[in-house]
Amino acid sequence: MTEPRMVEISPVTRVEGHGKVTIHLDAENRVEEARLHIVEFRGFERFIRGRLMWEVPVIVQRLCGICPVSHHLAAAKAMDMIAGVDQLTPTAEKMRRLMHYGQVMQSHVLHFFHLAAPDLLFGFGAPAEKRNIFEVIKEQPELGKRAVLMRKYGQEIIEATAGKKIHGTGAVPGGINRNLPIERRDHFLASIDEMIEWAGDAVKLAKDYTIEHEELVAEFGSFPSNYMSLVRESDGALDLYHGNLRALSSTGDQIFDQVPYTRYHELIVEDVRSWSYMKFPFIDTLGPEVGWYRVGPLARMNTASFIDTPLADAAHKELKAVTSGTPNNSTLANHWARMIEVLHCVEKIRELLNDPDLQGSDLILSGERREEGIGVIEAPRGNLIHHYKVDEHDQVTYCNLIVSTTHNNEGMNRAVKDVAVKHLSGQDQITEGMLNHVEVAIRAYDPCLSCATHALGQMPLQVELFSADGALVDARTQCV
Amino acid sequence: MSGTKKETGFSFTIDGVEVTAYAGQTIMEAADEAGVYIPRLCDHEGLRHQGSCRVCTVKAGGRSVAACTQPAAPGQAVENETAHLNKMRRDLVEMLFHEGNHLCPICEASGNCELQAMAYRLDMTEATKFPYLEPCRALDASHPDIALDTNRCISCGRCIRASQDVDGKGIFGYVGRGIHRRVAVNGENLADTNADSGDHAMSSEVCPVGCIIRKRVGFATPIGEREFDKGLIGHEIEEKRK
Repeated sequence: MTEPRMVEISPVTRVEGHGKVTIHLDAENRVEEARLHIVEFRGFERFIRGRLMWEVPVIVQRLCGICPVSHHLAAAKAMDMIAGVDQLTPTAEKMRRLMHYGQVMQSHVLHFFHLAAPDLLFGFGAPAEKRNIFEVIKEQPELGKRAVLMRKYGQEIIEATAGKKIHGTGAVPGGINRNLPIERRDHFLASIDEMIEWAGDAVKLAKDYTIEHEELVAEFGSFPSNYMSLVRESDGALDLYHGNLRALSSTGDQIFDQVPYTRYHELIVEDVRSWSYMKFPFIDTLGPEVGWYRVGPLARMNTASFIDTPLADAAHKELKAVTSGTPNNSTLANHWARMIEVLHCVEKIRELLNDPDLQGSDLILSGERREEGIGVIEAPRGNLIHHYKVDEHDQVTYCNLIVSTTHNNEGMNRAVKDVAVKHLSGQDQITEGMLNHVEVAIRAYDPCLSCATHALGQMPLQVELFSADGALVDARTQCV
Repeated sequence: MSGTKKETGFSFTIDGVEVTAYAGQTIMEAADEAGVYIPRLCDHEGLRHQGSCRVCTVKAGGRSVAACTQPAAPGQAVENETAHLNKMRRDLVEMLFHEGNHLCPICEASGNCELQAMAYRLDMTEATKFPYLEPCRALDASHPDIALDTNRCISCGRCIRASQDVDGKGIFGYVGRGIHRRVAVNGENLADTNADSGDHAMSSEVCPVGCIIRKRVGFATPIGEREFDKGLIGHEIEEKRK
């Protein structure tokens, strides 16, 4: 019997942003409590107030350097509403969609190959010095090359539509400020088939891992939950840019469906807990205990009726078959779902590149001004909500952001506890490899902690071990 | 100074390049015509010269003078592109950044901003050496078509001269002294004045930064097509010599 302890993982690595995990062990070394703490503070909702409405899509995208396009477009959609534009011109909507598919593609590729692949290829308990992208490139150079070139392709799509690979200015209230010149289109078309082939191979890699590690995937950080995402208005298909809200239970029962996202505040309540700056949203009708839900690639695979691109749809059907069409509750299946979305994105990019509307010149519309705007999009990490109010002088008076990682807060905390209980309970010595198991569970959600809270200071992810009397027993601060 | 030309000119040199000038022309006017660019911020074509920003400082006859107000003189040897002068200009520009709140990444003037462009031209790339003053100035969005974000104002006075001399209105003026001097409007706010979006003072070319904002057109020009995406500030003048 030992003294009760507390383990701290700090920082959690290979995630975007900063956070830490604390694990409380009792005198028998059993895990009593495990939490993912987000100790950063995000001030965007406050300091955007007073700024001019057309500045908002450019300012709020600075929340993040990984998926700024998602914030840029969600804010632009909200500003479209305020500008009185309910339907963009075909060129504007398709340019925005192209930007978004490039964004989701590059972000997913970044996560799967650069952040998650070291765990999947070398094992969760592999030596820390082995678990990085450079070792992946050394051992599998072709895979490493594809990781770099696929991400480059997505980044160049963003540059062509927003002017810069990171933090561009493409979307403006009511439309877009550019079209796609023929020469840029031809540049992208030259390698799109190769991208589709590589994306297909990535789906196979993720699927094979999931099937070959069936037992691990079934138990590792897995638990039933509700799921929520946008789906296409007409038929419930996967739609990353626009649609209505759909939520399903862990067994596939409908909680709500085809609800316009402008009514999100009637459906979702944000709970606050004292130990984290990140809120805990839940579905109002179900309450905080059972109303929490997950978003992101796997959630979208669960909620979408089908995918409107053939290769991704076939892959979607394969994933759904694993659970006989009911929602897949395995946290690690997120990687498979993520690669199916990459395939969907490159198929959509090919479809759009062949659409002459991208060379149109009708870019920006205006309409009857409104005071309030809500923009919702499916960001790489899941559903993203932007809500603003603007006064008669064009100045923002109210802002509320619910980002993907915030939606997943309860899910990530449950995954952390699940893995901690299974892999740390009863252990006298807590090794770095054991702690990495906890990080793997968090990483499966590809959390963007900076988006969820935003940093004002330094707080990278860490793991802490507490004793039963609350004393800090052990702490680890990890660096990549 | 309009620079009325006489029948016969005279010559002087700028960094060894022979330049022709006419009586009454300033060094800058003659340099512009000859395709020699002298950096400037408070000076603007069509407005009377003010000589306050000192970014156009050159050495003439061993003295530091403002090229926008100093008359050209026959046989004079003017120094312009020297390491010493460019360092002094860079320091001046850096101090302008420090006196205001210039957040280029989120400013709609980015790419069209003369202050930003001047910083690029003068290679202002090193870590800052001056303390940020971080003034707290409220944004004036009271006017239906124009907004003023004086956090970005560099007190060049171009809007003051444009409003007084071109528009005949006097909407803008200086208030305060020394470090506290700033541009203010002739009323409680801009809506309290007779400002109009058609005024020359409100045009995007008069304000060199993102202080005077035409509402609801921000970011409509894509990256790559903004004024200084095409070349360094002054490139149009320098291209006259090519």
